[in-house]
Amino acid sequence: MSFFQSLTERDRVFDFMTPQLSKVDVRHGPILYMEDVTVSFDGFKAINNLNLTIDDGELRCIIGPNGAGKTTMMDIITGKTRPNQGSVWFGSRHNLLHMNEPDIASLGIGRKFQKPTVFEALTVFENLELAMAADKRILPTLTARMTGEIKDRIDEVLETIGLTALRHQPAGILSHGQKQWLEIGMLLMQRPRLLLVDEPVAGMTEQEMERTAELLTGLAGKQSVVVVEHDMGFVRSIARQVTVLHQGSVLAEGTMDEVSMDPNVVEVYLGADEEAA
Amino acid sequence: MWLTRPFNERSTQIFLLILIVAVTAVTILHLAVPEGHPLYVSGYTVGLLGKYLTYALLAVAVDLVWGYLGILSLGHGAFFAIGGYAMGMYLMRQIGDRGTYGDPILPDFMVFLNWDSLPWYWLGFDMAWFAFAMVLIAPGLLALVFGWLAFRSRVTGVYLSIITQAMTFALMLAFFRNEMGFGGNNGLTDFRELLGFDLRSEATRLGLFIASAVALALGYWLCRAIVGSKLGRVCVATRDAEARTRFLGYRVERFQLFVFVVSAMLAGVAGALYVPQVGIINPSEFDPIFSIEVVLWVALGGRASLYGAVIGAVLVNYAKTVFTGVMPDAWLFALGGLFVFVTVFLPKGVAGLLERRARRRDDADVMSEKEATA
Repeated sequence: MSFFQSLTERDRVFDFMTPQLSKVDVRHGPILYMEDVTVSFDGFKAINNLNLTIDDGELRCIIGPNGAGKTTMMDIITGKTRPNQGSVWFGSRHNLLHMNEPDIASLGIGRKFQKPTVFEALTVFENLELAMAADKRILPTLTARMTGEIKDRIDEVLETIGLTALRHQPAGILSHGQKQWLEIGMLLMQRPRLLLVDEPVAGMTEQEMERTAELLTGLAGKQSVVVVEHDMGFVRSIARQVTVLHQGSVLAEGTMDEVSMDPNVVEVYLGADEEAA
Repeated sequence: MWLTRPFNERSTQIFLLILIVAVTAVTILHLAVPEGHPLYVSGYTVGLLGKYLTYALLAVAVDLVWGYLGILSLGHGAFFAIGGYAMGMYLMRQIGDRGTYGDPILPDFMVFLNWDSLPWYWLGFDMAWFAFAMVLIAPGLLALVFGWLAFRSRVTGVYLSIITQAMTFALMLAFFRNEMGFGGNNGLTDFRELLGFDLRSEATRLGLFIASAVALALGYWLCRAIVGSKLGRVCVATRDAEARTRFLGYRVERFQLFVFVVSAMLAGVAGALYVPQVGIINPSEFDPIFSIEVVLWVALGGRASLYGAVIGAVLVNYAKTVFTGVMPDAWLFALGGLFVFVTVFLPKGVAGLLERRARRRDDADVMSEKEATA
């Protein structure tokens, strides 16, 4: 929608009149609100009239077969992909479609990619230090001091991700699962309001999965967490609310038991999965 | 404070202690021991050691960008040479009317070329403060422009190495030209005095040697302070995962530019101290081979340790002096052999060997502690 069109369509106040407050407004409940979002790549609709609401402090799992649009959905929320139509709001104050990637990140949406990338030559502690929200220009970085406050914050996150004992080890020696937790820890250092976690348990052992489940359920409440995952056992172990995506739109929503009863879901996803398993 | 942090590091303390002891020993052996005594250090040797120290500072500058930032600069010789030329221009102006042609203002080569006045870029070089400022500003400015263009376009890795080579090669060709006004092929030479001190006297040589040691100590200190700060950790993060660092909100290209400029300035200081000690600066310092050799010193000594760069620079250049004296033709073979040896047996250089030793000792300490508690 062009700027001039937006001047004539007056179903809400002018954009430039709305105060640009940095605080996310969640008084009305939802922290993320996607309505009627459609994205098409060369005519193929990766997302088709998607409606999704995430409440503040909620832990939500998104499942769906390959190509259901899970990753594209994350790309839209983080500003990497622009939808062709629809609206995406963060709280009831910030229109994410009008913001760029760094702004969205600094607003408090953190995203963990599938493949963990930590700084292998630096220690676990230093990895968290670099990830912390701070003045990231050159001189402040050069003269930055390790205050007690910063140390406490890093210790707190180390505790949360269970890597306190390994704090002074280089991140390169961590196992795959530990790297994933460190990566989540690096997101937490930025004090996000909403965490988007893409396939956190891919390639993890049973114990690591259990530990990850504890970690994510522990985070919910303080932060809102959206988990995209293939592993049904893992989803069952953490999810209170599950959203099933199929061909770019929501097929079913509810608790794990509810959605697994849904005949549509059984047909497109779970049925095939259960048979295979 | 980030600047005082290196004071608490054991490696820095040891490094500075060794440097101070070595400089004091050379000074005493040069001044107090009578000539002809086996322990006497001649003025020639003092000058040679001073040259090694300026090479060591250059190696530290290269290690800062290569070891910690992952930028393999194959053109640091250019910053070294430009610093050297800035000093050389000052020394030329100090000759005054004592040149062969006796012109009070124009250096000999300009008279020879029938120039009737100084080019504009030679103005001000009769003032020491201006020339010394240019020692920092000229290489820094070149690094700023070059780095700004390169890092902004996200040129990294082997491509960046190649264009740094191209830069120093282009500068070499330019400085070879007489019209450039830097003495062309012959460069600048026949220096007389620096700040009023006669460059041919032994006392000045010793003074330059000590000045080089002080510059090395300060440069090392500055690099340690940078490397030990949060900015240093951002550099290492950039080296290992540039995209990830950018994603954390750091403007990676600015950090690269900052460290690159600091490194170029250090190289310039090294060049400026080198020139009065060897008595000449000519375009061969821009030779790409020289810049590659500097990288070899750092690799030999051990990348990303700073003191390793110093060890490498002194070791290789000492070997070079010895070899070119004994068997001049064999030097390049020896250098190649040394490099192969280090790559195969000491992949982390001499510094890696030292660190492995230290770690083994620490482990042994831990073991014995465990045994004691058990």
